[in-house]
Amino acid sequence: MPPIARKNLFHDKIRLAVTLTGITFAVVLMVVELGLFLGFSTTTTGLIDHSNADLWVASEHVPYIEQGGIFSERKLYQVRATPGVASAEKYIARFGSWKKPDGGLESVQVVGFNVDQSMGAPWNLVTGNVADLKAPDAAIIDDLYKDKLGVKQLGQVVEVNGHRVRIVGYTHGIRSFTTSPYIFMTFKNAQQVANLREPDTVFILVKAAPGTDLEQLRTSLQGRLRDVDVLTTKRFSAMTRGYWMFTTGAGVSVLIAAVLGLVVGIVVVTQTIYATTVDHLREYGTLKAMGAPNSYIYRIILEQAGIAAVLGYAQGMIVSLFVVHGGTTGGAAIILNWQSAIAMFFLTAGMCLIAAIVSIQKVLTIDPAMVFKN
Amino acid sequence: MQPAIRVRGVSKIYTEGSVSVSALESADLDVCSGEVLLLMGPSGSGKTTLLSIMGCILRPTTGSVQVAGIETATMSQSQLPAIRLRHIGFVFQAFNLFPTLTVGENVEVALDLKGSRGSRARKQAKELLDEVGLSEKFNTLPADLSGGQKQRVALARALAGDPEVLLADEPTAALDSHTGRTVMQLMCDLAHKRGRAVAIVTHDNRILDMGDRIVRIEDGRIAATENVGVYRSQ
Repeated sequence: MPPIARKNLFHDKIRLAVTLTGITFAVVLMVVELGLFLGFSTTTTGLIDHSNADLWVASEHVPYIEQGGIFSERKLYQVRATPGVASAEKYIARFGSWKKPDGGLESVQVVGFNVDQSMGAPWNLVTGNVADLKAPDAAIIDDLYKDKLGVKQLGQVVEVNGHRVRIVGYTHGIRSFTTSPYIFMTFKNAQQVANLREPDTVFILVKAAPGTDLEQLRTSLQGRLRDVDVLTTKRFSAMTRGYWMFTTGAGVSVLIAAVLGLVVGIVVVTQTIYATTVDHLREYGTLKAMGAPNSYIYRIILEQAGIAAVLGYAQGMIVSLFVVHGGTTGGAAIILNWQSAIAMFFLTAGMCLIAAIVSIQKVLTIDPAMVFKN
Repeated sequence: MQPAIRVRGVSKIYTEGSVSVSALESADLDVCSGEVLLLMGPSGSGKTTLLSIMGCILRPTTGSVQVAGIETATMSQSQLPAIRLRHIGFVFQAFNLFPTLTVGENVEVALDLKGSRGSRARKQAKELLDEVGLSEKFNTLPADLSGGQKQRVALARALAGDPEVLLADEPTAALDSHTGRTVMQLMCDLAHKRGRAVAIVTHDNRILDMGDRIVRIEDGRIAATENVGVYRSQ
């Protein structure tokens, strides 16, 4: 087939620019909205998803991680004595008050874990190491929050809940959904900083022995322990995400924005591809008059939409990378991973397909007799 | 002479809501191979409707239409494109070339529709353009051609696949007298030298002497038929 679709697209550079701008705009809009949604979704459960634990023991009826209540560490021994448990460690996640060098206060979340175990440790460590936390006042923060917390250098001493804390390392990219940065410490240090009593803990993280049925172990632990909930990591993550997403309404807003982004994207792309088709209606009428079957014209429109989709997607992703980079540098949690990039390609192709179908509907109504009208 | 198109008792009524308009009434007409037929008449008289029916673009309300011996009036709308593709070439007043395609590609589109592709189509397109004297414009865009050249390209495109019938709607209306006669001469040659049936709707009195037969249509009826020119002398 002569390259009608390609030439229709590339002949009018202004029309092409308008079409590609429309698709690019739609792609960027969707990438950012979807990225914000993913960022929102993963940020709320970062501590749980990276805990490396199989089960969480938490205070009864805990709705989400930030609301963990205090219970006695005696339960730790009961957990460790349960068949199927490979290891169990105490864990703290409590809000605290950070005093900045200029005297201002910032809310933070003190996270305490056993540094000799893998569960609950910070991830994406870029400066220092976990072992440095063994010093009595050591803490690790995320480099995204250095300015917010007034931290200028490693070794800087600050005050949290009236306790001295010294910065010994940085992670990168561990955002807190509540905007209260995480302060990683040893369990013991965190216990002091969070003003907990010595026998108290907020969570117990459990690692199951290899081959253990998690649900069975969870049920078994739940049966043995009183006044606490035993949750799988997956379940606790879903509960926390669900709370922030739907109970607070914040997540619903982001979700609605993402859906709106998709709808606006579809409308923009449909409009631009439809306009391109309408520009060439007379030519499609001529083809019909010449005896071209409808399938011949469909192929042209679909090819046109396909080319526009690929080019618009490529351009949109390049722009999106800059937008996402700018956004994340500025502190926004926008996630653009390869899975969402692939999903975005199919979404763009789908939008262009919808646009092509709408255009085809228009072409179907063309009366070939139009070629005799001037 | 064998009629390439045979029209008998053809009427066309356009209906919109409760309003019906009769555009053509009981038309009988043959367009024979080797003749140039001019369809003339005032605007709204039904010429283009008759041309559209002969070209299987419109279906008649009543009557019979045979193209190359095939009854088309009873065919469904979806069957007609195949008849147009196989038997009929069209030339339009506004040329209707694809502005984004080169002259060669414009002809290749018609060849592609008829199953000729690649280097074969390219060769045939060059031959067809050579017939209308435009092979040197193969890679030129229509926008860079004069009106007469555009119409010659449209003619080359209509000749793709060597159809038995050529139907033209006001092919010279947008052209100056000299260019119009050049285009007409090409169509006459097609009829007289290659035995094709050529029917032309026209208002252009400058080309009356080039037709073999003139059919005058008034108020949807064939009012008169005059034999003129070469065909009459045969």
